[in-house]
Amino acid sequence: MAKISRKHRSTGRRSPLATVALLAIGLLTTGGAYALATTTATAESQAAAANEQLIEEGKKLFAANCASCHGLNLEGSKEGPALVGVGALAVDFQVGTGRMPMAFQGPQAARKAPQFTQDQIDAMAAYVASSGPGPALPDERFLEATGDAAKGAELFRINCAMCHNVAGAGGALTEGKWAPQLKGLDARYIYGAMVTGPQAMPVFNDLNISPEEKRDIITYLDYVSENPSVGGFDLGSLGPVSEGLFIWIFGLGGLVAITVWLTARSN
Amino acid sequence: MAEHHDSAADGSAVELSEPRTVTSGTAVISADRFENPGLPVDHQRVTDLDPAQERKAERRIIWLFWLSLIGSVFAIAAYFIWPIEPGNMTSTRMNNLMLGIGITLGLFGIGLGAVNWAKSLMHGHEEVEPRHDTRGTEATRARAVEIFQQANAESGFTRRRLLRNSLIGALVVAPLPAVVLFRDLAPADEPHELLRHTMWEKGTRLALDPSGAPIKASDVTVGSVFHVIPESLAKLGHGDGYLEEKAKAVVLMMRLRPEELNEAEDRKDWSYDGIVAYSKICTHVGCPVALYEQQTHHLLCPCHQSEFDVANHCEVIFGPAARPLPQLPITVDAEGYLVAQSDFHEPVGPSFWERER
Repeated sequence: MAKISRKHRSTGRRSPLATVALLAIGLLTTGGAYALATTTATAESQAAAANEQLIEEGKKLFAANCASCHGLNLEGSKEGPALVGVGALAVDFQVGTGRMPMAFQGPQAARKAPQFTQDQIDAMAAYVASSGPGPALPDERFLEATGDAAKGAELFRINCAMCHNVAGAGGALTEGKWAPQLKGLDARYIYGAMVTGPQAMPVFNDLNISPEEKRDIITYLDYVSENPSVGGFDLGSLGPVSEGLFIWIFGLGGLVAITVWLTARSN
Repeated sequence: MAEHHDSAADGSAVELSEPRTVTSGTAVISADRFENPGLPVDHQRVTDLDPAQERKAERRIIWLFWLSLIGSVFAIAAYFIWPIEPGNMTSTRMNNLMLGIGITLGLFGIGLGAVNWAKSLMHGHEEVEPRHDTRGTEATRARAVEIFQQANAESGFTRRRLLRNSLIGALVVAPLPAVVLFRDLAPADEPHELLRHTMWEKGTRLALDPSGAPIKASDVTVGSVFHVIPESLAKLGHGDGYLEEKAKAVVLMMRLRPEELNEAEDRKDWSYDGIVAYSKICTHVGCPVALYEQQTHHLLCPCHQSEFDVANHCEVIFGPAARPLPQLPITVDAEGYLVAQSDFHEPVGPSFWERER
């Protein structure tokens, strides 16, 4: 082998300039490639760094405000469930509606004024989402009340009305739990609740109720919130209990009062 | 209490002043008899005593009648000021409200005014009119008998026996067609047979209510609840008994973690990887049981608060329901869609007389 190559070399002609040219080409390509690689990498790494920073910030907020129940690594404890893979949407719903952090352990976490700014919520959502794949925030177009209210009403009656009342006025569940009223809510929280199934509520994933159908339901709830009851005073839309109580107390009470007045002596 | 009246504690008994001498039930104990208090003192109203009050009352009543006038005119005006616009339901509400207020004032003003007039201005002397005897005079009674006898003689009611009996017979038979007609309101043959079976049969796909789209097992995530109908039901029109079939066949399908289910040995293969399907019709009086709490796995019936435990074959844990919800045995077909293994193994819904037969 050595013999052959030596022979080959000895027979080949090589200009001294060829080495220089080769060196120049080599340097230029590697340098250019490096320069190209470094510029794209910077853009990517900047986004990654920003996301990393958001996650880092979320992690700090989580450790300070949530970890006592949900664990420092989202592993949960006997006070609160594990949050690995619940997704950004669950955090946005729970913290955005003030349900988390919970004021106290009870049958159900109540809606209250949110305890964090939207930026802080986004940071915590990014941190929780980084732990595993889960539902993310929906596309804005599914949150606009531009769907079919009639179809939404039918889906609402089939899937939601048994707990939340046909007019979205809410209702009682067992052992101190309740289904909250749904009028005048931000559409992202209606959507988030359907997808993530918070607390006692079951999950309605996109294969059960598609995003378009969720938009129809949001449209129906928007219609109910915006339009007053056609039948007049709705007494909270609570159905036969409030209506019966009203007519038995005030309706019959009024009749009894008039009867007493009719037969009473004039003074 | 009769044997106690001699030994009763002070203040706890009415003491009789004399022993009973007649059988119980017929006795009127005269010593204890309620005394006739006589007529109350004649009542004088302020309007009788004070002319200024009388004028005031009159003005008040005039105002009530004027209120009625204003209300009636307002109702007429309101009908035109707030018209019902086609397609605008809110306009109906406003129209009804204003019309109602106007008519209420119109009627109530007249009523209140009239009653006030009678009570405070019309003469207020109390008068006593004794009740007359219920028994008529002998002459009236004799005349009544005479009328009956005369009618009998003139009509021949007791003399023309065949005629009379024919009339009685016709009267008795005349209502019978109604019995036949009303009998026919019930289903012609054994209505309870309809309650024993639903549309579910071997291989029927579980589909979404109301779209009828079949459901894959992989679509059902843990914690989900699906409102399910048989795939074949979605193709039925309302004229083909859609609602009748739906009322029996609706199913609630949930997915739990498989380790959360406590399944009986003979029903282990009725679920699929934690997915269970139960009839949505309450076994109490047939309301749709659909309030599912995914953390406790309890199903609540909204009508009478019966609670069913999905983790334990929907056994009743609270409320008036007497039986667990019937379970629909399910599995998956070759394409991964959820299908029924068979119909329900018992009649769904509330009890009926022939259920155990």
